[in-house]
Amino acid sequence: MELVLRNQEQVLSKIATSDGHGENSAYFDGWKAYDSDPYNPVNNPDGVIQMGLSENQLSFDLVQEWVLSHPEASLCTPEGAREFKDIAIFQDYHGLQEFRNAVARFMERVRGNRAVFDPDRIVMSGGATGAQETLTFCLADPGDAILVPTPYYPGNDRDLTWRTRVCLFPVICDSSNGFKITREGVESAYYKAQDSNLRVKGLLINNPSNPLGTVLDRETLTECLRFTQDKNIHLICDEIYSATVFRQPGFVSIAEIMQENLSRCDPNLVHIVYSLSKDLGFPGFRVGILYSYNDAVVTTARKMSSFGLVSTQTQRLIASMLSDESFVEMFLQESTRRLGTRHRMMSKALAQVGIGSLRGNAGLYGWMDLRRLLKAPTFEAEMELWHVIIDDVKINVSPGASFHCSEPGWFRVCFANMDEETMVVALYRICKFVVHNKESPENVDRRKPCQRRSKLEISVSFRRLKDELLMTPRSAMVQVKE
Amino acid sequence: MEIKNLSTRMLSKIAKSDEHGENSPYFDGWKAYDSDPFDPIRNPNGVIQMGLAENQLCFDLVQEWIERNPEASICSHEGLHAFKNIALFQDYHGLPHFRNAVARFMAKMRGGRVSFDPDRIVMGGGATGANEMLMFCLADPGDAFLIPSPYYPAFDRDLRWRTGVKLIPINCQSSNNFKITKEALEESYQNAKVKVKGLILSNPSNPLGTILDKETFKTLIEFINDKKIHLVCDEIYAATVFGGANYTSVSEIIQEMECDRNLIHIVYSLSKDMGFPGFRVGIIYSYNDNVVNCARKMSSFGLVSSQTQHFLASMLSDDDFMDKYLLESSRRLASRHSKFTNGLDKVGISCLASNAGLFCWMDLRHLLKEETFEGELGLWRVVINDVKLNVSPGSSFHCQEPGWFRVCFANMDDETMEIALRRIRKFVGTNEQENARVKMAKPWRKNLRLSFSSITYDHETRVSSPVIMSSPRSPLVRAHT
Repeated sequence: MELVLRNQEQVLSKIATSDGHGENSAYFDGWKAYDSDPYNPVNNPDGVIQMGLSENQLSFDLVQEWVLSHPEASLCTPEGAREFKDIAIFQDYHGLQEFRNAVARFMERVRGNRAVFDPDRIVMSGGATGAQETLTFCLADPGDAILVPTPYYPGNDRDLTWRTRVCLFPVICDSSNGFKITREGVESAYYKAQDSNLRVKGLLINNPSNPLGTVLDRETLTECLRFTQDKNIHLICDEIYSATVFRQPGFVSIAEIMQENLSRCDPNLVHIVYSLSKDLGFPGFRVGILYSYNDAVVTTARKMSSFGLVSTQTQRLIASMLSDESFVEMFLQESTRRLGTRHRMMSKALAQVGIGSLRGNAGLYGWMDLRRLLKAPTFEAEMELWHVIIDDVKINVSPGASFHCSEPGWFRVCFANMDEETMVVALYRICKFVVHNKESPENVDRRKPCQRRSKLEISVSFRRLKDELLMTPRSAMVQVKE
Repeated sequence: MEIKNLSTRMLSKIAKSDEHGENSPYFDGWKAYDSDPFDPIRNPNGVIQMGLAENQLCFDLVQEWIERNPEASICSHEGLHAFKNIALFQDYHGLPHFRNAVARFMAKMRGGRVSFDPDRIVMGGGATGANEMLMFCLADPGDAFLIPSPYYPAFDRDLRWRTGVKLIPINCQSSNNFKITKEALEESYQNAKVKVKGLILSNPSNPLGTILDKETFKTLIEFINDKKIHLVCDEIYAATVFGGANYTSVSEIIQEMECDRNLIHIVYSLSKDMGFPGFRVGIIYSYNDNVVNCARKMSSFGLVSSQTQHFLASMLSDDDFMDKYLLESSRRLASRHSKFTNGLDKVGISCLASNAGLFCWMDLRHLLKEETFEGELGLWRVVINDVKLNVSPGSSFHCQEPGWFRVCFANMDDETMEIALRRIRKFVGTNEQENARVKMAKPWRKNLRLSFSSITYDHETRVSSPVIMSSPRSPLVRAHT
């Protein structure tokens, strides 16, 4: 028998041989740089600091304390083991009732009890990743399009299009108005898509926004709802950062807008994606949630959830934790307070060396404006700057191009995935780089005389900045309201 | 109807189709059970669930292990130090110690005759997710996979629903104990009107409970190499082999014969061998590097919870415990299987000779009023409504011959099994008397009123009340083993 290794393209599917997984994007190159040279304060103090990973590591002490004082919440402690069998056997795709109840209640608390969630509309998925894909499978056919405002989370490309064969069509937003979504922008994208013979099935909005770190105001949300209702297309709201809002304006959920407009709108077109990866910091637990106001979507998505249910061991733990109302209240307050403090630390430090960020009040990152550091206002220049930041400054940040930003020079920088000491080191490196870059011969001549400072002045102010960073108190100032 | 129209009109074709398969009779029996579940005290006349292939026989061993190994949990005092790192870990490669432990366990249950490379272990959302993922990697919409019938009903959903892949059955007959023959393989392949990308089968077989003999295996390997198509072996029942039978995994066969390894893929899970379906531990093991890489990227849609990975890594790498577990589990399955098949034998019911799985393939052809699938469904409704047992009719497994039923025996305690056997005995006895009387009195007429229809769940009403349970639910019957 002749054994010939066939050309892989004939042996595997088109999906398998395509680039639809998106991992060839620059977004991942930074991670690879980090992976090969990761910062460690003791073992590798000159390594790359990871600021490209949007993780919430600031409040694990609170969770761990709770876990330690609630051993019965775990199946695998002596206190919880007697439930082991029933939970290990349970594979019903409705999920444990207590889990759905707890998640629904948590989502209400995060929204300050201004919205009500029905536990029977809670559908599980393999993380928000799985939820986005499942929803897309339910709402759109191959070849259909979903509008998505730029800049947007790069993973959307894989999650919404790879196996579903649906496409994403951008709604271009730019810095001229703080990247806000406008009715005109959405409409323009809608008609452009149609002109390209694409059937638009929905609009995906991310609130709070990744990578912008801003929340959508009531007016914008209402406009998005109105637009989708007018055009009879779906509105998908990714609210996975809903409990990371650390400053006013507060978070307004589409659920609140829905409740206010129930008599005037078709609920069958509105869906929410949620997860515990960002708010609680549990990306490993794969707790994705799909919440739809459309009965058929709930039913169908629930059948599909068999492809990515939440482990019952985890459902059980989460159910216990999130139904502890006093813990939840304390956690939400303290977590947002710490996020706010960390965000302030970063923005203040950057501002002192003239780096602005989009004024954000949510998320685990800032949207940094480095346009002035570009050699030219092009994406090539952005890429060049990015490589300098990774290779020389030794920080992994994420270039705006990987978020499909329409303007070069913006970078997302994460601040909640490290301890304070590392943050100080990172900020110091960035500030040092910016200062030296400003003072480089190419840049000096471009500035006005009054802007030029002596080297001594620069090094003094820089040292002061470093001291300030090191002295930033752990516990901070502002009480954050929900 | 109005509500359904409004909520479905804006959905995708996939969402509006019936390809999820839940309108099959396979699920109707569960619905009957859900509305009237047996409980020895509270509902002794309820329906006994024998349609769910679960392994409930060895939880006592697992519970003992948990109590002795608190550090396996990230929530115990001993294990808490790992909580943060585990909760944050979302790398789709999976925890290295998890992959190592799974690879070890897979080798162990194959008697150490093969070894598995941990770097080829890819996670999936249960075997459900793993099977679907493989289809996405290996076939395009419209392509087909061959599959020997009878086969696990949910393959229709898992392999076809969202992937658009078709399934072409390979007809297997009771005349040779449902073995796969070369002629049947060729016939299915030649008659396929679409491109055949591979062949998928379960070994041990669900619903047959049999294991592939070496000769058939060799025929299969030769066939797929000749046609240059993939072979997917769902080996999720690999550790349910009992009675000292010699189980051969595809991983062993390819060591013994020439084969293009890029065509070989294994699906595994801990749902059956360990009895942990709730933990959603699906595994793809492929000998094809490109498939491993692609599937790994796809696994983001259904990773195993890191909390669960961490726990299982501990348990599965406890060699002493796993050795004892495998032995004891096999012994208990053998004992249960033997009790059950002997009980059936005493009332003239035979099962296909089997030595694996959590079920028997019961031959009720002699009880059919007519040798048709209508006759089979008629008999099945009597078994559910009158005998009060949920068993699964062969037609839901796409069996080509009416009269076969899959009956599960490992998802209940001994007492409940005794009650089930008693009910079967009574039914067979009554049925024989009735048949004798009817034959003498008048020509047979269809007198089996489909009383089941009165409790059939109407699909449409379900849509408007998503709260009505329609998914597999395990009976919460305590197992005393």
